[in-house]
Amino acid sequence: MAVPGAFRLPDLKVTHLKRLEDESIHIMREVAAEFRNPVMLYSIGKDSSVMLHLAQKAFYPSPPPFPLLHVDTTWKFQEMIRFRDEAARRAGMELIVHTNQEGLRQGVTPFTHGSSQYTGVMKTDALKQALTLHKFDAAFGGARRDEEKSRAKERIFSFRTENHGWDPKNQRPELWNLYNARIKPGESIRVFPLSNWTELDIWQYILKENIPIVPLYFAAERPVVHRDGQLIMVDDERLPLASGERPELKRVRFRTLGCYPLTAAMESSAASLPEIVEEMLVARSSERSGRLIDHDESGSMEKKKREGYF
Amino acid sequence: MSAIAAQNDDFSEYLTRHEEKDLLRFLTCGSVDDGKSTLIGRLLYDAKLLFEDQLASLKRDSRKHGTVGEDIDLALLVDGLEAEREQGITIDVAYRFFATDKRKFIVADTPGHEQYTRNMATGASTADLAVILIDARKGVLSQTRRHSFIASLLGIRNIVLAVNKIDLVDYSQSVFDAIVADYASFASGLSFESIVAIPLSARFGDNVMERSARLGWFSGPTLVEHLESVPVGTAASAAPFRMPVQWVNRPNLNFRGFAGTICSGSVHLGDEIVVAGSGRTSRVKAIVTADGELEQAFTGAAVTLTLEDEVDISRGDVLAAAAQRPEISDQFAAHLIWMSDEQLNPGRSYWIKIGTRTVSASFTEIKHKVDVNNFSKLAAKTLELNEVGLVNLSTQEPIAFEPYGVNKTMGGFIVIDRLSNLTVGAGMIEFGLRRATNIHWQALDVTKELRASAKGQKPVVLWFTGLSGAGKSTIANLVEKRLASLGKHTYLLDGDNVRHGLNRDLGFTEADRVENIRRVAEAAKLMVDAGLVVLASFISPFRAERDMAREALEPGEFIEIFVDTSLEVAEKRDPKGLYGRARAGMIKNFTGIDSPYETPVSPELVLAGGTKDPHDLAEEVVAHLQARGYLD
Repeated sequence: MAVPGAFRLPDLKVTHLKRLEDESIHIMREVAAEFRNPVMLYSIGKDSSVMLHLAQKAFYPSPPPFPLLHVDTTWKFQEMIRFRDEAARRAGMELIVHTNQEGLRQGVTPFTHGSSQYTGVMKTDALKQALTLHKFDAAFGGARRDEEKSRAKERIFSFRTENHGWDPKNQRPELWNLYNARIKPGESIRVFPLSNWTELDIWQYILKENIPIVPLYFAAERPVVHRDGQLIMVDDERLPLASGERPELKRVRFRTLGCYPLTAAMESSAASLPEIVEEMLVARSSERSGRLIDHDESGSMEKKKREGYF
Repeated sequence: MSAIAAQNDDFSEYLTRHEEKDLLRFLTCGSVDDGKSTLIGRLLYDAKLLFEDQLASLKRDSRKHGTVGEDIDLALLVDGLEAEREQGITIDVAYRFFATDKRKFIVADTPGHEQYTRNMATGASTADLAVILIDARKGVLSQTRRHSFIASLLGIRNIVLAVNKIDLVDYSQSVFDAIVADYASFASGLSFESIVAIPLSARFGDNVMERSARLGWFSGPTLVEHLESVPVGTAASAAPFRMPVQWVNRPNLNFRGFAGTICSGSVHLGDEIVVAGSGRTSRVKAIVTADGELEQAFTGAAVTLTLEDEVDISRGDVLAAAAQRPEISDQFAAHLIWMSDEQLNPGRSYWIKIGTRTVSASFTEIKHKVDVNNFSKLAAKTLELNEVGLVNLSTQEPIAFEPYGVNKTMGGFIVIDRLSNLTVGAGMIEFGLRRATNIHWQALDVTKELRASAKGQKPVVLWFTGLSGAGKSTIANLVEKRLASLGKHTYLLDGDNVRHGLNRDLGFTEADRVENIRRVAEAAKLMVDAGLVVLASFISPFRAERDMAREALEPGEFIEIFVDTSLEVAEKRDPKGLYGRARAGMIKNFTGIDSPYETPVSPELVLAGGTKDPHDLAEEVVAHLQARGYLD
């Protein structure tokens, strides 16, 4: 009966990564069992890669019993789009790509409408459109509590009204690992299976499990311009250049990935996973500082979340 | 890791060490202004987990909202929501993360304010240890007792008594000793295994991570030293194997796996297991994970089991060691923390979720509530927001369980309101009130079907609801006469014949009205079992109770008939003069006047009681029954 090589001695000590993995798998199975029509938001970043990997583990040997949804603003890095299609194919999961067509028609871009309005239309509105269109009653997101202050108070099962709104003062108490999945038609739950992971945990898990991530995380020569003290990559010809602004090749990488005009690069020579992790351990600026949209004003993430942003 | 090792031995070793760390989850609690947020800010600051941009934003915020003058206000680091920063209080559980060389920590920073006690219970439910803060100047307060009580109730066995702001009492040992003695005297009544008291100053960092020279008289550990060394639960446990089934994995006809998280004990290939509810047994054929099959799996592991035999198992079942089966019951005594603005309504039907099972349940009795200041037991008819009580509850179906003190997963449950879907309570089973080791009901030879067919009819409840004076009883009487003329066996239950007998002990408060309808629903159910057509005519103003009656019966056995007569018309009719007396203030809790009527959402039949003749309406009911085959 014994499986060769499968025996393991009783671990008297469970490592924190194993505890986190078990918890995330438990959460995902609860969602698959309790909701009619769940979806996994797939943003192509490292957290999404870990989330997808965990989903594959949770339902093995079945493929995850829900589709992936990517909200495409049309301004993602080209490498991200290639990676996205490949990841969905590898996982054997359906991939739904949604773009706010009305926003496109109105010509909403990061340059014409400012980062805050652009994010509202092409990300938040687009996400709400897709959730409403497909009648998803639960949506997984890869957000972590250590990312930002208002995220630290987020539930694992986070209730959203029919309009996808979040009321931070009126959240359901969440005890033990008993998640309340009951909703009325039209309402939904955002589910955050990585809530208790930190950035270091994510990297360490990627390293340990050998999880594929977008090459943009690794340092390479890339064309960038200096803007407001940050390095912006010229991913295609749509990036308007100010007079005198000239793309130059620099050895850079990204700590987080989003729309390329809104995602700052950092100068780095870290070209392998261990080098990235090592660099992060001595990092001097927190993760989201590479994301320009949080910098509009203090408390801006909380505002965006109330409006339905992930 | 060999490539890395070649590259950088130190770094590789660092990563390995970090990967090998275990995890301690703890919560911080205490009264408002005891400095919880400052303490966590201090831990993050001392653990060097703050980035430059966070420090810059902290300095900016300190000038704007800070309360410590020119210094950095560490509390602002963790008071996340805008409203909190403005009000200076922490209103929700915030989870924080830090690590030392020895261990990784998840901290639940829980609110001190009394109105957010439910959030403290939330933080405590997942914690291995509680740090209870006390302001050295104020000593033990009622919030200290309340939080200690809740920590104990939720099964936290290790307590750190952090006597904070010791700098403000001149680092005095006598102040510290007095507080510790005071705390120990009341905490002896709680079920803690260890209480470690530490004098400290979160603001200045004394005895948090660094030992303080100003507290030379103290020989115990610093806070961090203690957190690093307190034992955490290990996976290899002597407790019997238990695993609630979350999801049945069926990728193809050849694979049927039961996915779940092991909540106690361990499971080995070939072990004999039992499905706790049905009593069916089998043996473990494989322990499947995406990383390969295992020979053995331990508490906390999320696995998928396949079995030797084809056994009927679905979500909500508990797989258990066959030699040590869990108890099964449908009646329990449990401690309950009420978490809703709307009070607990005994007799009303709620959902409870326990393990992976969600069942209908009602609270049949409140034995007492607990005064958290002196832990004395007080008589109570209900529980209000943030109150804790010992209650009896009854579930619609029997469930496998263990006392919460033995197994948190098998004994902890949340209470969900059926209409709002909100989580309104959290419970901890103390013991089962009725042992139901054989849960199969005694199969009776004479069945409901047999009794019904002897009468040549289909038993059903016609439930007439509507305002007083709507015409319910008049119509129900006419319907009963018509049914009798068709040779049907009927019985009419209405307020008058029930209130004078079965329910004569009940008044008209909301709780009594709920109980009134519960008893009527049970009586109707027995009559349906006897094969009768039951006509129930009750105002039954609350949706939840009508739904409860519906659920007590089989599908198709309950027909909700809404006699839709407006308040204006009903009040004008006022056949018993009740509206007049209610308007004059002589009758309290009168539906439509000072007590609400909740209109049915989707009744089977709506009768225009205000405009049509009762005889025509009675014919509508009979026509409805004929059309649906009830009178065949």
